[in-house]
Amino acid sequence: MKLKTVLNASAATALVFAAGMAFADDHMVDGMTLSDNQTFTYQTIDDSPSIDPGLVEDVEGSAVVRDLFEGLMNQDAEGNPIPGVATSYDVSDDKLTYTFHLRDDAVWSDGEPVTASDFVYAWKRVANPETASPYAWYMELMSVENASSIIAGEAEADTLGVEATDDHTLVVHLSQPLPYFPEMVTHTTTFPVPEHVVEEVGASWMNPETFVGNGAYVLTEYTPQERMVRVKSDTYWDAENVHLTEVVRLVVNDENQALTRWQAGEIDKTETIPTGQYPSLSQEYPEQAVSVPQLCSYYYNFNLRDDAPEWAQDVRVRQALSLAVDRDIITENVLGAGQIPAYTFTPGATAGFEVPEVEAASMTQEERNEKAKALLEEAGYGSDNPLTVEILYNTSEAHKTIAIAISQMWKQTLGIETTLGNMEWQTFLEARGNGDFEVSRAGWCGDYNEASTFLDLMASSSGYNDAAYMNDEVDSLLAEAKTMEDPTENYTRIEEIVDEEAPVIPIYHYAAAFMLDDTIKGWPLDNVQQTWYSRQLYRVAEE
Amino acid sequence: MFAFIIRRLAVAIPTILVLVVLSYILMFAAPGGPFNAERPLPPNVLENIEARYGLDQPYWKQIYDYLVNIVFHFDFGPSFKYRDRTVSDIITQGFPVTLTYGFWSFVVAVIVGVSLGIAAAVKHNSILDYFAVGVSIGAQSLPNFVMAPVLVLVFTLWLGWLPGGGWNGGEWQFVVMPVIALSTSYMASIARITRSSMLEVLNAGFIRTARAKGLPMKRIIFRHALKPAILPVLSYLGPAFVMMITGSVIVDSYFSTGGIGQFFVNAAFNRDYSVMMGITILMGVLTIVFNLVVDLLYAWIDPKIRY
Repeated sequence: MKLKTVLNASAATALVFAAGMAFADDHMVDGMTLSDNQTFTYQTIDDSPSIDPGLVEDVEGSAVVRDLFEGLMNQDAEGNPIPGVATSYDVSDDKLTYTFHLRDDAVWSDGEPVTASDFVYAWKRVANPETASPYAWYMELMSVENASSIIAGEAEADTLGVEATDDHTLVVHLSQPLPYFPEMVTHTTTFPVPEHVVEEVGASWMNPETFVGNGAYVLTEYTPQERMVRVKSDTYWDAENVHLTEVVRLVVNDENQALTRWQAGEIDKTETIPTGQYPSLSQEYPEQAVSVPQLCSYYYNFNLRDDAPEWAQDVRVRQALSLAVDRDIITENVLGAGQIPAYTFTPGATAGFEVPEVEAASMTQEERNEKAKALLEEAGYGSDNPLTVEILYNTSEAHKTIAIAISQMWKQTLGIETTLGNMEWQTFLEARGNGDFEVSRAGWCGDYNEASTFLDLMASSSGYNDAAYMNDEVDSLLAEAKTMEDPTENYTRIEEIVDEEAPVIPIYHYAAAFMLDDTIKGWPLDNVQQTWYSRQLYRVAEE
Repeated sequence: MFAFIIRRLAVAIPTILVLVVLSYILMFAAPGGPFNAERPLPPNVLENIEARYGLDQPYWKQIYDYLVNIVFHFDFGPSFKYRDRTVSDIITQGFPVTLTYGFWSFVVAVIVGVSLGIAAAVKHNSILDYFAVGVSIGAQSLPNFVMAPVLVLVFTLWLGWLPGGGWNGGEWQFVVMPVIALSTSYMASIARITRSSMLEVLNAGFIRTARAKGLPMKRIIFRHALKPAILPVLSYLGPAFVMMITGSVIVDSYFSTGGIGQFFVNAAFNRDYSVMMGITILMGVLTIVFNLVVDLLYAWIDPKIRY
């Protein structure tokens, strides 16, 4: 209730403020005149496997879901949780029970009110094995009571620890305290679905004809692999602050083609910029070529399994190979789109994470090369005992270029012969998962903005630990960090251990580079997770 | 004739069956699966999903269930990748798109290709002949993945006449470039086949007789030479037509048409078994049908052929 009052007060201030200006009407935002054209067209490379909140699994699909539905909490432009359908929440003393108070003016696009039971229904639906949601594990990650046993088929979906005590009160029971739980409910998997529609229509309820949502936009047109149109919803509780009237998503598979169509003015925002073209584009379009840090790491795995080649078991060889990789050449000359050289695993942009001081980061490349040579010699490899290494990557121009660059660096500095193996995506995943490689490419993007989303990969039990790295100290540090108030110290220590033992070669941290028309404003560039909502955006009139 | 059609259709059924089983075997032989990703799913979640799509069953059972569903329910199943859609949804959405631009490409390729071929043959070794041969060699050697970006560069970026991609329900502006990109190489092949077969026919005895009779050249060509000359072209057109209407990956991907060619290739990359099978069967059936159509046209054109 209190929050609502504050919101009203600030709205009143904004009104008074606006009245003092020359154009005192709703055609102004941040002192800029809005364009009459409030259509925003953006490109994605591929279509989304699903845009059903319970099934959505890709980044671009989540952006669609955030427009069509609204969860308990939203993210502001910096990524902090702000009220969504919930106006406030209470936490019990043992931090195991969260009570969310829902706003009473939230309605579905068919006019029905959004109730707490819609959330209960949606959450149980995600956990239910019959739904077969690829994000069912998110309920486990949120530590919702009974989620694990429901997914394992040991309990009924109905036993999930979430209940509606009345239409506007949602109570969630957790199996362990989770300090960042409120952040987690900004995730699309936790969004409500209209029980009355899903039950009546069945699997095809997300078709534009039957679609019902509670977001700022409604789905009006959807031709898979071609285009999707969402139109501003009149029933959304905050509709008066939504500026874009139409949002069009076009699927264009080819990055260069997308760029051409952006240049032709058909597209306002591209998903990517083709590898290597950012430097020239940022000169030509300084205002419109955008690059922002991303919560992702690009790295190479060493195969530490017993049946892997002998050299990979030798930490000196692994360190030598890592040191000899000149990250600056890769980020500046090969990619050149604002990527950040990586000497540790977790990106520095991660919230509450301090990049630890590791020796390699402060050395010059000449020093690294010298050290690498010494280490390799110490390990007994040289001209009389030459080392050959195979790099495995999935077929892609960018991965190939990087692999070639690295093989050249290894050759020049260490005299190592490298063979490059590329595989089609699915074949690659299988080979890497089975440990059928010497060195393999990998990329990892954080699920949430906290270091454990990266460092968990170093746990010996992790299903994503392709290097098969095992270290008891890392395992116990990770386990301990889960319940710590401030786990920073543990994270730093883990990074140090990883740096010493070199199970992986961190190469760079990703940057999201894209073209954005300069009349589109409000893009949340400071949100490292790139969580954007169309209702944050608006188009200003051209000067 | 009727018995011939029945016989051909009867052979078609086992052919399709063999196609299905072979495709299934190849599919299972390929590494990976529809639910593998950079981030592997937790084992429990993966199990639930595989059970949902019947992938936990033995291979023979999967093939059997699949065939039963098609034969008795005409149900091609859900897409494994695009969770909100079924294979039928994907085909009913994507096939009309490729059918549209494929059909127009076919019309353009046949009209331009045949005319060019005839003109070249009639004016053998003239400037016109060299021009026609030049054009068709050029068109043949210009792959459509080069053609498509060049078209967009010229018509979208420089001239601003046509949209650079999309489909928009098939408005003509969106169809023009896909048709040009797709028809060019077919047009070239048709022109070359027409030219050589026309040249052969024009040297035949009955044409010389017709000329000796004093018939006008136009009449000789259209009345006497065209029919026999078109037969080799016809056998090329059957499969070519199927190739065109089932779309081209390059065209679908460059012009973002949402056509079936793109779905087909994506399905292979994603191991979207059901979509891959559905489109394979569609292409198989179309190929059989149009080969039959070509055979019937043969009989109609050439009186020497009787079934």
